[in-house]
Amino acid sequence: MAMPILIAGMGFLFSERAGVVNIGAEGIMLFGALAGVVGALYLNSAWLGLLAAMLAGLLVAAIFALLTVSLHADQIVVGAGINILAAGLTTTVNRIVFGMNATPPAIPSFHVLPFPDALARISWLGEILSTIFSQNILVYLALFIAPLSQYFLFHTEIGLKIRAVGEYPKACDTVGIDVVRVRYGTILFSGLLGGAAGAYLSLGVLSFFMESMTAGRGFIALAAVVFGKYTPYGVLGAALLFGAGLSLESRLQALGTGIPYQFILMAPYILTILTLAGFVGRNKGPAASGIPYIKE
Amino acid sequence: MANKKQMDNQALTQKQTTPPLLEMRHISKYFAGVRANHNINLQICQGEVHALLGENGAGKSTLMNILYGLYPPTAGKIYWKGQAVDIQSPKDAIALGIGMVHQHFMLIPALSVVENVVLGMNCGRQGRLNLNEAAKKIEALAKAYNMSLDPWAKVWQLSVGQQQRLEILKALYKGADLLILDEPTAVLTPQETEELFNMIRRLTEANHTVIFISHKLNEIMAICDRVSILRLGEITSTIHVCDTCQQTLARLMMGGEELSAIEKKPASLHETVLECTKLCCRNTRGLMALKDLSLSLAGGEILGIAGVDGNGQSELADAICGLLTPESGKVRINGVDMAGKSARAFLEQGVGHIPEDRHRRGVVLSMNIRENFILMNYYKAPMSHKHLLDWKLIDRLTDEAMASYQVKAPDRDALMQNLSGGNQQKIVLARELSKAPSLLIAMHPSRGLDFGATAYVHNRIIEARDRGCAVLLISTEIEEILALSDRVAVLYEGEVVGQMPAAEVKTDTLGLMMAGALRGAG
Amino acid sequence: MASVLLAFVVSGVIIHLCGLDVISAAKNMIEGSLGSKNAIAESLLKMGPLIFTGLAYALAARCGLVNIGAEGQLYIGGLTAALVGIYIPNLPAPLHQLFAVLAGFVGGGLWGFLSGWLKVRFGSSEVITTIMLNYVAQYLINYLVSGPLEEPPGTFPQSRPIVESSQLTRFLPGTRLHIGIFIALLCLVLFYFFLWKTTHGYETRVVGANPEAASYAGMKPSSSVLLCMFLAGGCAGLAGATDILGIQWRLMPNFSNGAGFDGIAVALLGHNTPLGIFFAAALFGIVRSGANLMQMLSKVPVSIVNILQALVVLFVAASNIVFLIARRRAIARAARRDSAPEEPNAPSEIP
Repeated sequence: MAMPILIAGMGFLFSERAGVVNIGAEGIMLFGALAGVVGALYLNSAWLGLLAAMLAGLLVAAIFALLTVSLHADQIVVGAGINILAAGLTTTVNRIVFGMNATPPAIPSFHVLPFPDALARISWLGEILSTIFSQNILVYLALFIAPLSQYFLFHTEIGLKIRAVGEYPKACDTVGIDVVRVRYGTILFSGLLGGAAGAYLSLGVLSFFMESMTAGRGFIALAAVVFGKYTPYGVLGAALLFGAGLSLESRLQALGTGIPYQFILMAPYILTILTLAGFVGRNKGPAASGIPYIKE
Repeated sequence: MANKKQMDNQALTQKQTTPPLLEMRHISKYFAGVRANHNINLQICQGEVHALLGENGAGKSTLMNILYGLYPPTAGKIYWKGQAVDIQSPKDAIALGIGMVHQHFMLIPALSVVENVVLGMNCGRQGRLNLNEAAKKIEALAKAYNMSLDPWAKVWQLSVGQQQRLEILKALYKGADLLILDEPTAVLTPQETEELFNMIRRLTEANHTVIFISHKLNEIMAICDRVSILRLGEITSTIHVCDTCQQTLARLMMGGEELSAIEKKPASLHETVLECTKLCCRNTRGLMALKDLSLSLAGGEILGIAGVDGNGQSELADAICGLLTPESGKVRINGVDMAGKSARAFLEQGVGHIPEDRHRRGVVLSMNIRENFILMNYYKAPMSHKHLLDWKLIDRLTDEAMASYQVKAPDRDALMQNLSGGNQQKIVLARELSKAPSLLIAMHPSRGLDFGATAYVHNRIIEARDRGCAVLLISTEIEEILALSDRVAVLYEGEVVGQMPAAEVKTDTLGLMMAGALRGAG
Repeated sequence: MASVLLAFVVSGVIIHLCGLDVISAAKNMIEGSLGSKNAIAESLLKMGPLIFTGLAYALAARCGLVNIGAEGQLYIGGLTAALVGIYIPNLPAPLHQLFAVLAGFVGGGLWGFLSGWLKVRFGSSEVITTIMLNYVAQYLINYLVSGPLEEPPGTFPQSRPIVESSQLTRFLPGTRLHIGIFIALLCLVLFYFFLWKTTHGYETRVVGANPEAASYAGMKPSSSVLLCMFLAGGCAGLAGATDILGIQWRLMPNFSNGAGFDGIAVALLGHNTPLGIFFAAALFGIVRSGANLMQMLSKVPVSIVNILQALVVLFVAASNIVFLIARRRAIARAARRDSAPEEPNAPSEIP
């Protein structure tokens, strides 16, 4: 359950770092989820489905970038528009491709890799770990993403540029950095990962597409970025925490512990609000967050 | 000292036989039809400190932004070491060896010193950041210029002076031969200014060239070799500093010609309206902007506050209309101590304010004329009763005001953003004067206006005075101060350095006082 | 207007690409929304919540805020209205309805106020907090209807029905049309009255347009923010309240189905003006109620309405900019004509 949040969150971490608030995350994931299923069905391969999902995410992100970066349209409004569009378009396409009431056809999907037995046997730790990671192959790929992002963001020139653009785009302009290109780049990258995260849900977890199946995970991914204080390991931690909550929810329901599962579902959002209000340590997002850069 | 300057001078004439380091020829720049630079010719020689002197809005920053590739010029060419160059972006400028330290630092507070320096550069291999190596180079460079700077400190932890040093270091690191310093001392304490000057001296010793933008005459005398004076977007003259004195510079900067005197009756003074005693205020950067400032102003009198921009004028105006809480000292209006009162309480005491930045504070551009007209008194009778606005009355009053202030607009529903600057200012004037203020703060009331509108605004201010209003006129235009004021006070670094009746003012003395070179009675 | 036309055209193309008949779809849509007394009633019924949530976005926007939280405010408004409807018996019907509706307003208002307070007190971006509070509200309702408020014996996750006296009066026999639409129209009028006739509304608009000028005029921007978030939340709360009291008659999980987000499209298309919101809500109301018949007869999925709505949002967002750029160019051109470069002493207003 943590993986889609981690993958998408890591993508949106990059665009957030460059000063772009994309609340269309939810929509991008939804598009990715559908494109993954459709791609896998027609191309008869889960991997090609994943590719289709990433391309779909890229395309939607490109529309977002065009409107917000080039045309200086409001990021929030465009993001909200993309979410509505995703809800409408994925439902429509889903009904056309899979019919109204037909049972979903079998599609190639990612299979669960057995969790290493040795690990699973170290008692409760293994138990929890295997719960958090509904272990399929994407999990193991996704786990590399945090150190990779950390390296990229803090140890490469492009990473430095991205962080700088999100703080003070005008200053970047004066040292010859193309602000528009940096923002386009990060938005497109977040689209790729957002699409992949959607495919993870439809190809890795469920093996079919369901209307509004992302169920707020795009927003949780954004929440993970804020809660993770805009750092890759922070996002990883937030994603694991939120993901653990999501997995625990179903267990709690079954066990009847008396803790209403809805409160666990609420937790990511409340934690994020508390973070924003500064109760969970100092929290400052990129200074130029959400502000279109208009060159004089 | 004089000897050294003469030697510099000789050296300069020698250097001029080879092509100058930089030459800007016939540069013009228009913003939406408004001219900022017009037919500017400028030569900068290797190794000199060249001052650009001019009032705010004279076009200094625009010219330098063109040189740095931030704006394309409307017309004209730039030559670098005798070669025509096309500078399309800061990247081109940096590649040539031009570095710029902006007035507002282009540093990213959340990043470290070394990250700020290498930003946008290739360092290390294959896109990998090699900050350790860069940090070593920065330390070496800092040592060479006798600076101390921790490469790993975050920029937000640095003092303003350190940030400026970092900006200079950043430019040097990128290989700048020519450094443009845009009003570098505006944000510095006197000690920091002295350190900066030492650094500039070390830079020129190492054969670097500096363009020094300023309107502080004493600094130009102290550090520069030559000075070019900009006025209304044109370079009016370029002279060697050793051949001139502050008085001449002051006259050149202000244009010299006197405005035709405005007819006005002798002032008849009423009771004291405004009294500031030992006022101390900090600006947004936390520096002391007003130091023990005391002044008093009576009804029926215009007190002109002369001074170069940035010497505490904005803070003075803000303190008197309740937008800035003083550190210490008192503001009394009509005998009432205003300590701890809200901005609205100041308004209620009869303070009218023509703000310095019309678009940011004076008007709401996206609202129409009548909505702007009631901005200051919408909340009380007769404009509203029991929280309800009386639009019928407001419409009538707006129409009357538009007629009597000769506002040229289709009707009262016209949006403010569609009016010319002059008409916008007339509406501000109508709004502030229609409430018959006992104190009017007029800050740069004619800034950006043409001659007709300026004369109109001036006459209205004098009319207000004749009705018994106390007027605090804050302006950097010396002609405006002299034409309107009954009494003149000079503000320098947050202090009143001289006060005198307007009739006794000599332009030269005023110029020296504004430059901080002379203190008068007061 | 062009945005709407373009959105319809693109939606038509999508329908066509799906191999469906565009003309029959359009016919059925109109038939289904305006073709009979009941159809018109259903359109009006859909229009009410759109007006409320449109107002929730527009009111905040007028104060310079972005309220993405209409959805959550709607849920809480529905909850508080339902509580009054369920637990306060023995009231005369008009009074009970009034109390329940007011409770909905206050509930939604407080939910909105929370975001406003977080912004004023801690500087938290209202964009993120309103989004987060949407989900908090949704899960809160889920919990309540399957916990403390659950109707015995607990077969379905839903509350007991509200008392009959609190059900909003249905005034058109044979239809579900209830007085909620009048409340919506009243709110539109009040919205206009508040913003353009009262001093607080005037303050709101000044704060939204130029906060610095507002402080300079002695206004307190933070009070305007709090007031506006309360009123905006209240409007969204009314959307939930009228839905529960007029149609659902009991609290159920996920009863809103995204109506809160529709308000963004309505307000954007209506340029945050009362008349604009009225027409935009009417348009989307008609489209939404006609979509059911269209799906039944022309096989065009209802979700096409979402696509249409999203396209309107995106086109309007993009077109404002096109318009702005065109105007800036026109001003520049005019200025160039006015002051020929050679003329000495041209007005020197540096932008």
